[in-house]
Parts: sequence; structure tokens; C-alpha cells
Amino acid sequence: MSILTVKQLTKQFGGLTANSNINMDVQKGSITAVIGPNGAGKTTLFNMVTGVYQPTSGDILLNGESIVGLKPHQVAQKGISRTFQNIRLFGAMTVLENVMVGMHTHLRSGLFHTMFSTPLMRKEEKEAKQEAYRLLQYVGLESLYNEEAKNLPYGAQRKLEIARALATKPKVLLLDEPAAGMNPKETAELTKLIYHMREQLQLTIILIEHDMKLVMEISEHIIVLDHGEKIAEGTPDDIRNNEKVIEAYLGKGATTAS
Amino acid sequence: MIEHVLQTLPQVVIDGLALGAVYAIVALGYTMVYGILELINFAHGEIFMTGAFVGTALFLSFSAFGWLSSMPMLLSLLLVLVATSIVTGLLGMGIERVAYRPLRSAPKLITLITAIGISFLLQDFVRFITELKKGNYILTGPSLFTGQVSISASSIWSGFHDASVKSSFFIVLVTAVVMMVTLDFFVNKTKWGMAMRAVAQDRETAALMSVNVNKVIALTFFIGSALGGATGVLFAIQYGTIDPYIGFILGLKAFTAAVLGGIGNIRGAMFGGIVLGLLEMFAAANLPIISNGILGAEYKDVFAFSILIMVLIFKPEGLFGKVSIEKV
Repeated sequence: MSILTVKQLTKQFGGLTANSNINMDVQKGSITAVIGPNGAGKTTLFNMVTGVYQPTSGDILLNGESIVGLKPHQVAQKGISRTFQNIRLFGAMTVLENVMVGMHTHLRSGLFHTMFSTPLMRKEEKEAKQEAYRLLQYVGLESLYNEEAKNLPYGAQRKLEIARALATKPKVLLLDEPAAGMNPKETAELTKLIYHMREQLQLTIILIEHDMKLVMEISEHIIVLDHGEKIAEGTPDDIRNNEKVIEAYLGKGATTAS
Repeated sequence: MIEHVLQTLPQVVIDGLALGAVYAIVALGYTMVYGILELINFAHGEIFMTGAFVGTALFLSFSAFGWLSSMPMLLSLLLVLVATSIVTGLLGMGIERVAYRPLRSAPKLITLITAIGISFLLQDFVRFITELKKGNYILTGPSLFTGQVSISASSIWSGFHDASVKSSFFIVLVTAVVMMVTLDFFVNKTKWGMAMRAVAQDRETAALMSVNVNKVIALTFFIGSALGGATGVLFAIQYGTIDPYIGFILGLKAFTAAVLGGIGNIRGAMFGGIVLGLLEMFAAANLPIISNGILGAEYKDVFAFSILIMVLIFKPEGLFGKVSIEKV
């Protein structure tokens, strides 16, 4: 059953076509990778799915319902969350607070309760703190909960972004280069974490990644973009042997030379 | 000379605290909006002025209906404060919706000019209404909390002179402290406060983490303007007579206080306000003596703004601001 469907999606910035006629079908509970050389339009695709950019044409369906035209916070409320290629944590807030911001929409107490600090609100804030702490334990950052996010080491910041994304209780999680800048040990931990999230939280995961070892190991389905167009898709084995893909990465001649 | 400074110190501290509390809360409005939109909302001083007029109008109608004498004084004060906060809060929200939101992606300078335009509009609107109703745009409210209390500072140390305090001083100080403590709690401990800080740091990411950015910005304007309006009421009680132009210079000074504490920093604004109030009162009391009569007490504003210039030269990020280091 497909949870996220992208139909004929096109995005133009003035004369530049960043994405052109992209079709994509993501199965519920699957791990899908989007790969392609730099500038292929991978992050643009993520930005359209999360509502940051409005597509020039085409449609995006989440569980059969169109999410085109929704604001980013509405898309997040529908159940799509993400991390960023360039880490975008709230640097001056603590690790725990970063996660609690992600829970914003799930805390029921509205402005009224907040203004008058009702017992309902206080109970909820307390539960939110516990829930946030639990999420930090999940990604292994609980000991750093009171640090300011900007002081965390790089690998920990990446993990914190994942914890914050999980706090919005997503159905689909988009990871934009989650392993970038990680050492092999951290990458191995990340791989394990991605599997865990899929199994334990019933998540569907889509990731952009340049680490081909990770991509080939983890994903069930791979989509390859080049110059804004989808040039191939299939299982890791299909992609490994696809001539178009090799050509996109290595240039013409690489295939004939071998 | 030192003797005189010491003698007047108790009175200076008391007057300075009252004025400083007013600066501090108005400064909060500047700093909150700046923190979240990087906009210097020059209309904020006029929100404060509108609050003073709305409050005085309410007090006047209370006394016309004879409620002032039939109700406990503190109750009517509370009612007026709450009603005025709601009116000015909604006004601030409305200004954001009509004048700033459509310009959010425009260059900063354009919004700044819009803010100045809004402040002229408010001045003239309030002046128009007041003249229509009263025939004169200078308004004097009913005298409230006028009881004098004498603080015998001389019994603490004989070098001090006694200070006299209007009982409204305590009202101003207590209300101001309550408002500041509540705001601090709200911003640091509640989910809306947290959302506010998140939006201030990175609007786009906050939206992607399910925070409704427009709602948070509207809320920021509501709170800042409600506090500003309530402070207007306190100002009217403490100083009695108001006109539609009080918001301008007071707004500038509150802005100075916000810069002094590090603009965008809430606790910094509170501190900056108190410091500025104390410095200004100190200058008013002592400038003629210190300068051998060359500079009169009216040079206190020059004194206040010289401080601003000094801070900008030697510590441009403000006393509590963090230096932003760009990583390369």
C-alpha cells in the first residue's frame, strides 16, 4: 500500500527547472532512498513534499489526500517530518527544549490554559518533558538534555534533529543526508537507528544520501534523480547495474571503458 | 557636592525605579517584536500612549458613573488594567495583521517606514477622538492613589534626606514586577513561549516542526502591546496628565533601554529599563550641581542618549546580548 504518491511534480525557479515531471510511489513502512549527483533536485523535492515550496505543477498525495497548497506547519501536522542537510537546530535552546518544540501541535492546552497556567496545562507540560526525555533516550542523547543545542558535537546534532522530527509524531520521515560528516561508527549507529524507527514506530522513511554503502545496505527502493529528472528507480541491485545511473555519476565513457 | 548626591539618593532611587519600571515594560514590547521579526516596531510607543488614553477614559467614565467611589480602588484599577490590555493587545495584533504581515518578505526598511507611519496615524487618531470628546487633547485623569508616604531614609543613615513617595509608586512597581515575572515564566516555561523562541531563532524550521508561525507572531504582538498598554495606564496614574505625544519620546527611551540590555533579550530589556530610569533620575537631580549650574536638569535626556551612544560604541551587542561569532 502506498503512503506517499508524487505525481508529475514540477518546480521551476524562473527559467531554471529544478524538478521536472517526477513520479514517485512510496510504500508504507518502506525505506526509500533518493540519490543523484549534486544539484539533481533532491532537496527541492523534499522542500515541496514538506510544503516549503509550492510545486509549479503536479500533485503530492499523503494517504490518497492531496497536501499541495498546505503550509509547512499543516503538512507537519498531517504527519510528514524531516531533518535538514545543513543542521537547523534551535541553537540557543536546550536539547530537551528542541524536542519539545517538535511536540507543539500535540500539546492540547491552548492559549487560554497557558495564560492562566491551569492544572491541565501544568500536567501536560510535565508529560511533554517526560516524552521529550524518552525520545532523547531513544536516540541516545539523554545525558545531554540540558546542554544548549549549539554546543553539541556534530554527530549528536544530527541525532537531535531526528529526535525533534520524531516529536511531531510523523508517519513519514524525510532524512536529508543524515550521515553527512559522520564517522563510520556513527554511520553504523545511524543505520541501526533507522531500522529501529521503521520497526518500532511504524515509520516510512525516505532519505537523501551520498554514502552509497549506507544507501545500498539500508534501502529497499532507490530513486535516482539527475538534472531534475528521474532517470531510474528500483532495488539496490537494479540501480547498481543501471547504465544511466553510472553515466550520471561518472560521465559518458565510464560504461564503455569497463 | 558628594553630600548633595547622597542626600538626594533615596528620592532618586524611588523616582528612578518608577520610571525605570515603565521603561522596562515598554522595552519588552520592542525587544520581543525585534527578537521575532527583526523589526523595530516604532508604533509601540504609540500603543503605550493609546493605553494611557484608554485607561484614563475608562477611569473618567468609572468616576462619571460613580463606580470609583463604590468599588474598592484596587478592584477598579485591576478592571481598567485588564480592559486596557485587551484593547491595546488587539490593536497591536491588528496592526501586525494589516501593516506588517503583508510586508513580511519586503526589505526591512520598508516595514520600518510603515511602522513610523502607523505611529503618526495613532497619534492623530487619539488626538482627534480626545478633542472631539473633551475639546482639548491634553487629558487629566482622576487623581488616584495620591496618598503620600514618607520614607525616613535619614533614620538609616543621617547623610540621607527623607524621601516622599506617592502611593501610586507602589502600584506601578508591584504591577510592573508582576507583569515581568509572568512574562519571563511564559517565555521560558510554556509551550507557547518555547514556540516563540523557536520562531525567533529560525522561522522556517519552526514551521516545519509544526509550529503555526503566524499565530505565534500574532501572539507576540498581542502580549507586547497588552503589556505596553497596561504600562500606559500606570504612567497615567503616576504622572496624572497625558497628551497624544507622550509615546514618542518615551518610546525612544524604552528602545534605548532595549538596546542597552541587548535587543532581542527579554531579561536584558527589563534590566536596561531599570538602569535607564535610575540614570535619568540621577541626572535630573544632580546634573546642575555636578556641572556647577551649566547644565540644567532638562539635560537628563541628553544624558540618557549619551549612554546609548556609549553602549553602541563599546558594547554594540548590549549588556546582555551575545556576540554572534560567525563560523567559517
